Amino acid sequence: MSEVLSPARAIWQSTLRAFNTNKTSWVGLVVFVIVVLAAVFAPWIAPLDPLDQNVMLRLKPPSEDNWLGTDYYGRDIYARLVYGARISLIIGLASTALSMVIGSAIGMIAGWRGGRLDTLIMQVMDILLAFPSLILGLIIVAMLGPSMTNIIVAIALTSIPPFARIARAPTIAMKEREFVDACRALGFSDMRILVGHILPNILPEILVMGSLWLANAIRTEASLAFIGLGVKPPIPTWGGMIREGFENILDSYWLVLAPGTAILIVVFALNLLGDGLRDAIDPKLKGEA
Amino acid sequence: MSAPVDTQPLLSIRNLTTSFRVDGQWRSVVENLSFDVGAGETVAVVGESGSGKSVTALSAMRLLPQANSRTEGEILFGGHNLLTLPEDQMRHLRGNELAMIFQEPMTSLNPVLTIGFQIGETLKYHRGLDPQAARAESLRILERVRIPGAARRLDDYPHQLSGGMRQRVMIAMSLACRPHLLIADEPTTALDVTIQAEILELIKLLQEEEGMAVIFITHDMGIVAETADRVVVMLKGKKVEEGETAALFRAPQHPYSRALLAAVPRLGAMRDEVVPKPFAIIDPQTGQPVPPPQCDLSVDASEKPLLEVKNLVTSFDVRSGLFASVTARVHAVENVSFDLRAGETLALVGESGCGKSTTGRSVLRLVEPRSGQVLFDGDNVGELDKEGLRRARQNMQMIFQDPFASLNPRKSVGAAIAEPIIVHGLADAEEAREQVAELLRRVGLSPDMADRYPHEFSGGQRQRLCIARALALKPKMIVADEAVSALDVSIKAQVVNLMMELQAEMGLAYLFISHDMAVVERVSHRVAVMYLGEIVEIGPRQSVINNPAHPYTRKLMAAVPVPDPERRSMRRGLSLTEIPSPLRPVGFVPPVRQWRDLGGGHLVMDADPTA
Amino acid sequence: MTAFLIRRLGFAVITLFAVLTLVFVLVRIVPGDPAQVILGDQASREAIEALRERLGLNLPLYQQYVVFVWGALGGDWGTSMMTGRPVIQEVLNVLPWTLELTFLSLLIGVVIGVPLGVAAAVRRNRFTDYAARIGSLLGLSFPPFVSALLLLLAFSIGLHWFPVISAKSGSLSAWVESITLPAINLGLITAAYITRVTRSAMLEVLQEDYVRTARAKGVPWSVVVWRHALRNALIPVITIIGLYLGILIGNSVLTEIVFSRPGLGKLIVGALNQRDYTMLQGMMVIYTLVVVLVNLATDIAYGIADPRVKFK
Repeated sequence: MSEVLSPARAIWQSTLRAFNTNKTSWVGLVVFVIVVLAAVFAPWIAPLDPLDQNVMLRLKPPSEDNWLGTDYYGRDIYARLVYGARISLIIGLASTALSMVIGSAIGMIAGWRGGRLDTLIMQVMDILLAFPSLILGLIIVAMLGPSMTNIIVAIALTSIPPFARIARAPTIAMKEREFVDACRALGFSDMRILVGHILPNILPEILVMGSLWLANAIRTEASLAFIGLGVKPPIPTWGGMIREGFENILDSYWLVLAPGTAILIVVFALNLLGDGLRDAIDPKLKGEA
Repeated sequence: MSAPVDTQPLLSIRNLTTSFRVDGQWRSVVENLSFDVGAGETVAVVGESGSGKSVTALSAMRLLPQANSRTEGEILFGGHNLLTLPEDQMRHLRGNELAMIFQEPMTSLNPVLTIGFQIGETLKYHRGLDPQAARAESLRILERVRIPGAARRLDDYPHQLSGGMRQRVMIAMSLACRPHLLIADEPTTALDVTIQAEILELIKLLQEEEGMAVIFITHDMGIVAETADRVVVMLKGKKVEEGETAALFRAPQHPYSRALLAAVPRLGAMRDEVVPKPFAIIDPQTGQPVPPPQCDLSVDASEKPLLEVKNLVTSFDVRSGLFASVTARVHAVENVSFDLRAGETLALVGESGCGKSTTGRSVLRLVEPRSGQVLFDGDNVGELDKEGLRRARQNMQMIFQDPFASLNPRKSVGAAIAEPIIVHGLADAEEAREQVAELLRRVGLSPDMADRYPHEFSGGQRQRLCIARALALKPKMIVADEAVSALDVSIKAQVVNLMMELQAEMGLAYLFISHDMAVVERVSHRVAVMYLGEIVEIGPRQSVINNPAHPYTRKLMAAVPVPDPERRSMRRGLSLTEIPSPLRPVGFVPPVRQWRDLGGGHLVMDADPTA
Repeated sequence: MTAFLIRRLGFAVITLFAVLTLVFVLVRIVPGDPAQVILGDQASREAIEALRERLGLNLPLYQQYVVFVWGALGGDWGTSMMTGRPVIQEVLNVLPWTLELTFLSLLIGVVIGVPLGVAAAVRRNRFTDYAARIGSLLGLSFPPFVSALLLLLAFSIGLHWFPVISAKSGSLSAWVESITLPAINLGLITAAYITRVTRSAMLEVLQEDYVRTARAKGVPWSVVVWRHALRNALIPVITIIGLYLGILIGNSVLTEIVFSRPGLGKLIVGALNQRDYTMLQGMMVIYTLVVVLVNLATDIAYGIADPRVKFK
C-alpha cells in the first residue's frame, strides 16, 4: 500500500510515471517546447525581418549573414523559418483544440446515450472518416477561401470523427463498469456522471491522442500550403516556403530542405511524445514491463 | 479412490522459487515450495488470491513471460528438470506428457480457428498425424468428452459453443496425446455450478480411464474435498500445510488452514437455525476463534412489507437484419413477484442468465421494466419522475460484485463516499467529512483512509468502501448483487458478518443476489430460486433449502460441492446440461403457471412438463 | 455473412448519397455566385445569366439536387470549365495512373509492414522493436511531399538515377523509371503505418489466453506467432488499412505533384487553381466511389478473416 497522496500530487506523479515509461516522450516534449519558445520569441531569435526583400540577395546559399540562405525574393530563410513556426503552431493548436472538444463531446454523448442516436452519429462519423481528409480539407479551404480561420475550420472538421471515435469507446467501456451504475443508484444526474466521473477517466487518452493529432494537423496545414491553399503570402509558412522553393529545386535545394526538416522535426517530436505516453496509458498492455 | 502408491513420484517440485520483476525489483511470488505428485494421483493446490498457486502451475509448464520472471529450484518430471530443459524439448513435453487447462474457457480457445483444427494441431505436432488422421482422432476425443453431435462440432468455431462446452473442448485438447499429468488451473471457476459439477465429474472419469495424475488448482474447498487425494495449502507464496485430504479436513494443523476451513460456507450448516447467523471466524495468525458479532436478526412478520414487487417483466430487444428491427426479445425477468420486509434478507439465487441481476436492477429502475409494479415504502417506483426517483433512490442502494469496478479509480474514497451526501443536500462539506469518518469506522476501516485511492485497498476493503458509500444515504434497503462472490473465502465471511451486523443495527432489508447456495443459506431469511427469468420456488430459507420441492432447486443443490471428503457426493452421471436461453420470439406469451402452496409461505411452481 | 454484406452494401449506398449531398451543399454555400466567380468581375450580366442557365443554377434547389445526383449516378458529371471536355472523360484518363500508384504502394506497405510489425512485437523492448518503432514513427512523421522532395533531390537531381519528371512512355523500363520513386515514397510511409498497427495488434493478441493455450499444447513458437496470433491480429489491421486508404489517397495527391506525375492529384490541384467547379464536383464523386468500393472490399476481407462476423 503506497503512501497517502493529495489529488494534485497523484496526478503529477502519474504523469511523471507515464513520461518515464517511455523515455522518448521526454525527447519529444523538450523538442516541442523549444519550437514553441522559438515561435513565441521569434523577434529575439531571428533578428532579420522575414518579409524584407532584397533583389541583390536572391537565392543565396547559406552564409554568415543568412544562416540558411535566401529565397527567390532575397528574404532570409532562417527568419522565415522561425516566424513560420507561429503559423504552424497556431493553426495546429487551434484546430486540434477545436476538434478535440467537439469530437470528444460528440463521442461521449453517442457512447453514453447508445441506441439509435449512437448508430446515427457514428455512421455520419464513419462517412466523414472514410473520405480522404486531405481532399476534404482541400475542398473546404478552396470553397471558403484560404484564410487562417478557414484553414483552422477545415482541419478541425476533418479531425472531429477520429476524436469522436476515441472518446466513444472508453465512454462505453466506462458505462459498463459498475461504478457508473453505482452513481446512478446514488441518484446522480447524467451530466454529473459524464463530466464528473467519466470524463476524468477518459481524459488522459483524449489528451494523448490530441498530441498525435496535433502532429497530423501541422502536417496537413503544411500540405495545404504546399498545394497553394495556405495562409496568403507573403506571410511565411513552412509549406508555402517549400512550394516557392520547389520552383527552384534544380539549383537551390536549401529552399526546400530547411522548411522540410523543420516540419519533420516538429511532427516527429509530437509523435514521439504522444506515442510514448500512449504506451504508458494503454490499459491493454499493462502488466508487461 | 485411492492413489496407487509409487516409489518414484511422477512430478517432484523441489524448492521452487518464482519471482517477477516489478519496477526493476525482483519479488518472489512462490517461495521455496516443494511437493510431489504420484502417478495417477490427484493433488489439490489450494489458496486464496495472491497465494502463488497459479504461478506454480505456470512455472511447471514454463509458460511464464521470460522477460520479467525467474524460476529457481527444480521441477523433476520423467527424469528431466523442467526448469533447465532446452525450450525445444520442453515444447515436446507440453501438451504431450504434461497438459494444462485454464480458468477462462471463453478466452482460452482461438476464436479464428475451428475446434477440429485446434485439437488436431496437438496430434500433428506430437504424433505426426496427417490432417485426415488428426481429424478422425479429434472426433474420437470429442466423443470421449461427451460432446453431443461431435462430428458436426469439428468445424465449429469456439464462439458457437457455450462456456461448459468450450471447457470440454479444452479438456479434449489437453488429453489428445494422453498426458501423464494434467494441471487444471481453476477449470470450473468461470462456470455455473451445475456445469461445474459435470466438468469435475468428467475430469474424474477421464482420469480413471487414463490413469493420469491431476494437479487441481483451486480456491474452492468444496472442489478439494470432492476431488483430491492430497492437499497442499498455500499462503502468500509458501506452503503452510500438506496432507491427505481427509486428514487435513478433519484436523487442520496450521492456523491458516484452520481459518480457511472454518470460513468455508457449508451448505446444510444452517439446517436447524431459524434466523441467519454470522460465520464463526478463526484468526489466521493464532488459529483461535474470533467471537462472532452478536446480532438479533429476527424479523417481525406482521409488519407491512417495505418492498413489494408484483408481476415484474423486463425484457431486452434483440435487433437484427437490414433495418435493425426487433426480431426477438430476451425475457430476462418474467412475471416475478415477491416482497421484502424491513430487517429481512431475501436471497435471489440462480445460475447465470436466470435474470436475478436484472430483477435487482429493475427494482432500482437502473433498467426500465416492461411491465409490473415495484412498490417501495409507499412509492410506486415505476411511476416516479426523475426527481422522485432520485429521492427514492436515497432509500434503496446497490452494491456490486466487483468492488474495484464500482469505485471511480480517480476519486479518493473519502470524496466518493461524501459525494452522494452532498449531491442529495444531506449535509455540507464539513459535516459530510465527519459522516465519512463515521461511515469508515462503521465498516471497519480507519477514518484516515479517506484520502486514499481505490487501488490502494485490498478487495475486501474495497467492498467495505462500497458498503460505506451505499450507507451514506441511510438507505432502508440494499440490493447486493453478487456482493461477496468475488471475494476470497476468509474475506467473504468477514464481509457477510459485517452486512449482518449492519442489518441488525439499522434494520436494513437486503435483496441478496447470489449464485452461491452455501452463502445464501447463511445470510437469508427467505430464498427465491430463479430459472429462465422466473421464480420457480420461494419461501422461508429453512423450508426451501431443507426440503427443496422444485426439480431445478434440487438439481442446483445437488451440484454444490460439499467441503467434506467423508461425504463425497454420489456420482451424478455424465449428463450434459446446456442452460437454455431466455431468448424468445416477438409476441411470445409466457405460459400460465400453476403454484402449489407447501405451507408457511413456501410456494413452488409446477414443473414445466416440456422442460 | 450475406446479411452482413448486404448491410455493409446498404451502408455504402448511404455513404455515397451522403457525400453527394455534402458535395452539393458545399458547392452551393460558397460565398458569391459561382457564375460570377467563374467568369470574373468583368463579365456582362448576359454572360453570367447564360452561364447560370447552363449550370442549372436557376432551377429550384431540389431540382438542382435531383439533376445533380441523377447525373452523378448516370456518369454525366458535367463539362470541365477548364478544358471543355466531359469531366468523366478527364477523370477516367488519369485514374489508372493514380490507381497503379496506390495499389503498388499498398503492396509495398503490406509486404514490409506486416512482417516488421510482427517481428517488433515478438521482440518487444529489444533492438528490433526499438528500431522498428523509431523507424516507423519517423516514416509517419514525414509529410509525403517532403519525403518525395528528398527522394527527388537525392535520386533524380543528385544521382540522376531517375528522371525528374516521371511520365511514362510505352516501354517497361520507362514505366519502372516513372513509378519507382513515387511508389517507394508512398510505400514506405504506408509500411510505417502498417508496421505500427501490426505491432500493437500483435502485442495485444500475444497476451491473450489462447496464445498461452497454444503454447501449453506444445505448438512450435513460430506457428504460435504466425498462425495463432497473426490470424487474430490481422482483423484490426484490415480495418485500419481500410481507413488508411483515405490518407493514402491524400498522400498520393502530394506525391503526384512533386514527381509531376499525371493522376487525380494533378487534376484536382489544376481544378482548384482554375476554380473549375464542375471538375471539383466530379473529383469528389470519384473519390467517394473509390472510398466506398475500398470500404466494401475491406468489409469482405474482414468477414473472411473473422468467423464471428458471419453470425452477428
